[in-house]
Order: sequence, then structure tokens, then C-alpha cells
Amino acid sequence: MITIQGKGVSTGVAAGPLYFYQRASAALSRYEVEDRDGEWQRFKDAQAKAIEQLGVLAEKAREEAGDEAAMLFETHQMMCEDMDYEEAIEGFIKEGGMNAEAAVTDAGEIQAEAFAAMDDDYFKARAADVKDISGRIVGILSGVVQGGIDSDVPVVLASDDLAPSETIQLDKSKILGFVTSGGSGSSHTAILARTIGIPAIIGVGDQLREEYAGREVIVDGGTGAVVIEADEETRARLMKKREELLKRQELLNQLKGQANVSKDGQDIRVYCNIGNPEDVHAVLENDGGGIGLFRSEFLYLNCDDYPTEEYQFEAYKKVLSDMGGKEVVIRTCDIGADKMIEYFELPKEENPALGNRALRICLNRPEMFHTQIRALYRASAYGHLSIMFPMVASVWEVREAKKMCEQVKAELRAEGIPYSDEVDVGIMIETPAAAIISDRLAKEVDFFSIGTNDLTQYTLACDRQNNNLGRFFDAHHPAVLRLIKMACDNAHKEGIWCGICGELGADLELTELFLSMGLDELSVSPRSVLPLRQKVRETDVRVVREKLLGGLASADSRL
Amino acid sequence: MKSFEYTITDPVGIHARPAGLLVKEIKGFAGSTVTITKGEKTVNALKLMALMQMGIKQGDTVKVEVEGGDEEAVAAAIEAFFKANL
Repeated sequence: MITIQGKGVSTGVAAGPLYFYQRASAALSRYEVEDRDGEWQRFKDAQAKAIEQLGVLAEKAREEAGDEAAMLFETHQMMCEDMDYEEAIEGFIKEGGMNAEAAVTDAGEIQAEAFAAMDDDYFKARAADVKDISGRIVGILSGVVQGGIDSDVPVVLASDDLAPSETIQLDKSKILGFVTSGGSGSSHTAILARTIGIPAIIGVGDQLREEYAGREVIVDGGTGAVVIEADEETRARLMKKREELLKRQELLNQLKGQANVSKDGQDIRVYCNIGNPEDVHAVLENDGGGIGLFRSEFLYLNCDDYPTEEYQFEAYKKVLSDMGGKEVVIRTCDIGADKMIEYFELPKEENPALGNRALRICLNRPEMFHTQIRALYRASAYGHLSIMFPMVASVWEVREAKKMCEQVKAELRAEGIPYSDEVDVGIMIETPAAAIISDRLAKEVDFFSIGTNDLTQYTLACDRQNNNLGRFFDAHHPAVLRLIKMACDNAHKEGIWCGICGELGADLELTELFLSMGLDELSVSPRSVLPLRQKVRETDVRVVREKLLGGLASADSRL
Repeated sequence: MKSFEYTITDPVGIHARPAGLLVKEIKGFAGSTVTITKGEKTVNALKLMALMQMGIKQGDTVKVEVEGGDEEAVAAAIEAFFKANL
């Protein structure tokens, strides 16, 4: 067994023989031409042919992968006719007496180098596009037919890096996955693999040897591993993973775009918890309805000093605009307890979980709080923002935090900086105190989101970091569940919504209970969205409601 | 001559797709020459690759000039195009 490691850029697991992409010989002939006008015409004919072929490919891509993929080839068509490119070729042929193949290759090189020299990865990668169209025209000029895969069985396709036209011309039914020695996450191999939904691993370098051709490989696009002639144990493990992924994919296909609605018509919003702007990708991929908890701590953890307003603004704005108008609940700084940062210079505490943390720090350091609230309101102009304060125990804390919001809004108005007037302000319910006075808190805010991890820790007096508490740390403890119901009922009395953004939200054993309580939202990790949706859709709240709520309220612990 | 300035909001800047669409759009206006200027550099907007090689990014302000033809209408159409795509 040989394992080589690359970078996984399209998830999935596939097994099959390794096959090296067969490319037509690239040996280029160079010679001087006598009939220069005739040679120019030969180029013009090949150019027209290339544009025609690309038109066919564009239509094929449109059918297989949609308008976006088709646009790539339409852009290639335009590149074939690019004025500078064409002028260079004309000069090489008419003035330099070069043959058309050499003229096209050299003109392509000039453009490719110009792209490769750019400082932006996206534009750098466009050098491949220019080489691709030049290769196509040269291929037509020299009478080479673009090749595919000469194999009767589906294969794992290996190459250096496939050009876009090569990828689209492949017979998809013959390909199980891609492995390339070069390439980047934004290369066409990666993009098309993701679109088609097969694994792709790039950048394996010279570990990918021709001598492996024909041998059985397993590729894991999640981890980037390419296993050649896997031993039994590895094979079994990867095949199991493959099954799970396929099942998941099936679930995705079935449930994507479906509503989170129970059999008897009760709706619940299923949102996602994220910790980084890049996670938005996973939210959209798993069909999350919004973001119910965006932990802003990453901003503080990524910096050596307090992050500036501008830095925060850009990060919030990116998430809001990437989510395209779907609700994004951003939790203000939740540092302290298990998340410590040096530059905060927090004094050492005996019991940090019961110490200076989260909103407490913000209220004690109004300047830092002010910076974050300003960045948030400025970003609110770019999407659907809600702001959430963590670790609330008293009404006055909420009032003081809201005062900061009002102050910031007044400043922005005075400065003529745009912000949204529709930003909801809510709190986390994660202390027993907040749950018990949730009737009062509900009058102050627009929503509640229950942080079950901390709520459990504080209610049961069980340290969540302590792994030795075992059966004492019971996330299903009736005290916790009763507090959740209490907060939910009090929210509804004041006409505001109530959700859960802790681990418990994704606990499928409790979904029926949460629906029975009438919770409005569950925010879970992106991977949990679809299994949760499935559970919701299978539930008939009318059947379970009375029994579950009755059992929770009853003094009889056997119910 | 008619001109306007525009600040790019698209996260990738003037990338292949909008550049291609823009060239397509401008080809429809016979008789007008459209140039795009960023800083010291100016390109004919019909030159797809040169346009992309300007590396115009989100936040960059570009000047668009229309010369010849129905300048007023062409400039308005291109401005609308920028707003919708970039």
C-alpha cells in the first residue's frame, strides 16, 4: 500500500484503476513560410474552427453544469478573437514569416506570462485559459483530434493539470475522480469536479508516478489522500466513508430546497453555527436557512491586538453579502472562560467560567465594545444582520448594551454613514438567571437564542471542560429542558422568537420535544442541517406534543 | 466624449465573466470607442485580455470614456452594465 497526499478540493471517495490522461504530442514544429497571406488565412480558418468548437462545448457545459460553466467557454471564444492576441499573431506571420502554429504558441505565451505575473491568484490562474485556447488552435492547425480516455471501465484520472476544454471533453461516465500533480483550488479541474460532484485531489507533485498507471487506487477528496493498492483495513474504512457520503448526497438531493416543516405543518427555521467567514460556503452547500450563531471570536483570536473597526467591518460585510440577504446572527465578543487571549490582559481567575467573560468584558471595556458595535452597524447595510449578546444574567446588562447600539446609530446618522434600521437585537439565554427572568428580558429584546452548552454547565454545576463528570453531565436533564421551555414560553408571550444555538439543537432525540415547545429556530453545524430537516419532516407534533410536554412538567419522574 | 467613474464592488473585480460580458455589450455599439482607465493605465474595453490584465479589484475606481457614436446612450448603457455586473 502506498499513500500519497495532496490537497482535496472536491469531496467524495472513489475507487478504481489509475489512468493517466493521454495528451496529443505537443512537439511543435517551427519553420519559415513563403506564402504569408496564405498562412494568415490558415490561422483565420483554424481560429474560426476553434470558436465553433468552443460554442459546442459551451452548450454541452450549459446542459451539464449550467450557464456559469458555459460562460467560461464563451469567454474562451472571445479570447480567441482578442485584438492584442490576434495582432501579435498577425505580426509573427506577416512580418516574421513564422508558421501559424509557432505564431499562435508564441502569442499565447506572451499573454499567459502577463497573467502569470499578476499578483492575484484568480488572474494568475487565467494563464491556463490562454494556453488552453492556443493549444486548441495549434491542435486544429496540426490536425490533432482532442483525445479522451481510452478505457472500457471507469477510471481515476491522473494528469499534471487539466485544461478546461480537456475537462469538459472528457466522457464523464468514465471518470470516478481526479488526481493532478499541479493545479490550484481555483483551477478548472477543481471547479468542474465540484460541479459534477466527484472527488478531486490536486498538488500531489512528483509523488504521482506513471508507474502507478493501471493500479487500483482509492481517492478521498475530503482528506486529500490517494491510496494505491490499499490494504484491507484502509479499504474497508474508505469504502464505509464512501457509503456515508453517498447516503448524505442522496439526502441532500432529496431534501435540498425542501421546507423544515413537520407532517402537521409546523415550521421551524434551521440555521447554522459558524466561526469563520469561509464557513458560509458550507452553510449554503447544506442549505442552511441563515446563520443563527456567527462567533465573532475568530476576529480577536486572529489578531495580536484588538481588531480595528475596519477589519471587523470587512469581515462582517463579507459574511452578510455572501449570505445574500439571509439572516445572519452575529454574537458579540465572547472571550473569557475557556477562550483566553493574551492582549486582553485578563487577570487570572480561580473560576474563569464564573468570571469576567463575554458581555461582562464588553461592558467593562466600552471602547472595545463600541468598536465592534460600530463595525456591526456599518456592515448591516450589506445584508440581514441581527446582533446577539452572550452571557446575560440581568436586565440592566441588556439595557446598557442596547444603549451602546443607540449611541452608535446616532453617530452613524450624524456622520452620514449608511446602516440598516432593521437590525434585530437579541440575547443568549445561557445562565439559569436569564432563563428564570426571561419574562422580563423578553420585553427588552427582539429574540432569544438558548446556548445549551453553558446553560447545562451552569444549571447542573458541571464544568463542561471536565471530562470526568460522565453521567453527572446530563444534557437531557429535565432542569435544563424546563428552562428552555420557560424561555421559549416567555419569548412567545412578548411576541419575539426563540431558538437554540447550542449542541442540543442538533440532537435528534430532542427534535420532537423542541417542536412541541414551539421553538422557532434551531441553529446547528452545517452538516447537521439536512439530517435535522429530515427529522422535522418525519415528525407529527400533534401525536407527540401532549406526552412530551406532560412528561416534562410532571412531578412524576417516570413519565 | 462622455465619461463616468465607477467603484468596483464585485469581490473578484473585473474577472473573466464580466469582462467577457462587457466586450459582448460594447460590440453591440458600432461607432463608439470605449476605454477604461485605472490610475495611469488605459485600455480599449474591447481588448478582453488587456482589460483582465489591468487586475481591477473590488474597491478600485475606474474611469470609463465613450468616444463617437451615440455617446450619451452608450455611456448610460455601460454604466447600467457596471452597476448590474460589477
